[in-house]
Amino acid sequence: MGALVYFSSASGNTHRLVERLGLPAHRIPIKADEPMIRVSEPFVLVTPTYADGEGRGAVHKQVIRFLNDADNRSHLRGVIASGNRNFGEFYAHAGEVIASKCKVPVLYRFELAGTDGDVKRIQQGMEEFWKRQS
Amino acid sequence: MTIHQKITSVPRAVNWNRLQDEKDLEIWNRLTANFWLPEKVPLSNDIQSWATLTPHEQQLTIRVFTGLTLLDTIQNTVGAPTLMPDAVTPHEEAVLTNIAFMEAVHARSYSSIFSTLCSMQEVDEAFRWSTEDPHLQAKSKLILDEYKAASSPLKKKIASVFLESFLFYSGFYLPMHWSSRAKLTNTADLIRLIIRDEAVHGYYIGYKYQRGLERLTEAERQELKDFAFALMFDLYEIECHYTESLYDDVGLTEDVKHFLHYNANKALMNLGYEALFPEEACQVNPAILAALSPDSENHDFFSGSGSSYVIGKAVATEDEDWDF
Repeated sequence: MGALVYFSSASGNTHRLVERLGLPAHRIPIKADEPMIRVSEPFVLVTPTYADGEGRGAVHKQVIRFLNDADNRSHLRGVIASGNRNFGEFYAHAGEVIASKCKVPVLYRFELAGTDGDVKRIQQGMEEFWKRQS
Repeated sequence: MTIHQKITSVPRAVNWNRLQDEKDLEIWNRLTANFWLPEKVPLSNDIQSWATLTPHEQQLTIRVFTGLTLLDTIQNTVGAPTLMPDAVTPHEEAVLTNIAFMEAVHARSYSSIFSTLCSMQEVDEAFRWSTEDPHLQAKSKLILDEYKAASSPLKKKIASVFLESFLFYSGFYLPMHWSSRAKLTNTADLIRLIIRDEAVHGYYIGYKYQRGLERLTEAERQELKDFAFALMFDLYEIECHYTESLYDDVGLTEDVKHFLHYNANKALMNLGYEALFPEEACQVNPAILAALSPDSENHDFFSGSGSSYVIGKAVATEDEDWDF
């Protein structure tokens, strides 16, 4: 079974979701001057979306920095993206951007900090996903 | 720091190259990139579609938009300005001026819709209605009472997030409903721009609320949480009456209530709290969700019934940031 790697800004929405999942997880540092983490096991990335009205800037710079490390990227198996449906067609757009860049599937999308239903579906989904991968 | 303290101390210029909170610049950039005016949307393309609505449906739509205008007016003239003296950084104050102005743009947009689609007489009747409708007046007064209670900066933020992230949605439902039936689609495009802005406003004010909580004791935090949930219950009760009074005649009340529950949960999440309404109560009509975020359905695997993964379609990226 692999791990989760996640980014959560100071608003803490994604962090709150990951805490409720109770799964092994590594957090990407918030600030650019902190040392970037290295991950050496298969992982699924959980990331919020920061797109503007044209879809620009969907993936946070720190997530890009993390994925620019080829070794980190080689362990990426899928992406779970969050956002807000209020952003229309760019809802959870970071998931699509990373999926197409890194050729991995978008596994799930949720809004803000997620509901109890989101937590259950991600827990079940991850369990099945890692079984298929092994 | 209050405005008065600022006036009596040394006047200071805002320096955007020295940030105390990076979220201020992030949100400033997001809001300014998303700036728009109603002239951008070709509302006159909806004139024929407007004529297909029954007189009752037209009256309902005008009233709903007038109710939204009232909330935007409050947020423009009282809500956002009342948060400014509580700003903890000069950049936060600047962001709030942007929020205040965009609320004025939103309020002005509904009048653009009216002048394109409706008669002056119908519109005047709706504005008169908005001063007399007991539920619309009740929710406005409840929010204004919190804004005027200047003693608690964080309670004002709670009221503001509930206005931005919850109270608008009994109104936003209707243009999304029409859009899902291929009616008033240009008007819906304009409303979607407003919906997008309100999400950023609710997120930012909710974020500042959470920053403010960090400076309080556990007991004070608990008192504010109790206050937030109590205010949500009060507003929810009014919203139910408002929804029934508007939507019973067209048979949409239950559908709208699901949308209210869903958005109440999102408003609470913006404040950092857990959802209040259970998932069964938040099953929003899929046609409404599709109208909110077009082209974004069924892209994920855990909730889909498909047996294969969907790899994202090619999308624009900022390639200079990606090394590979």
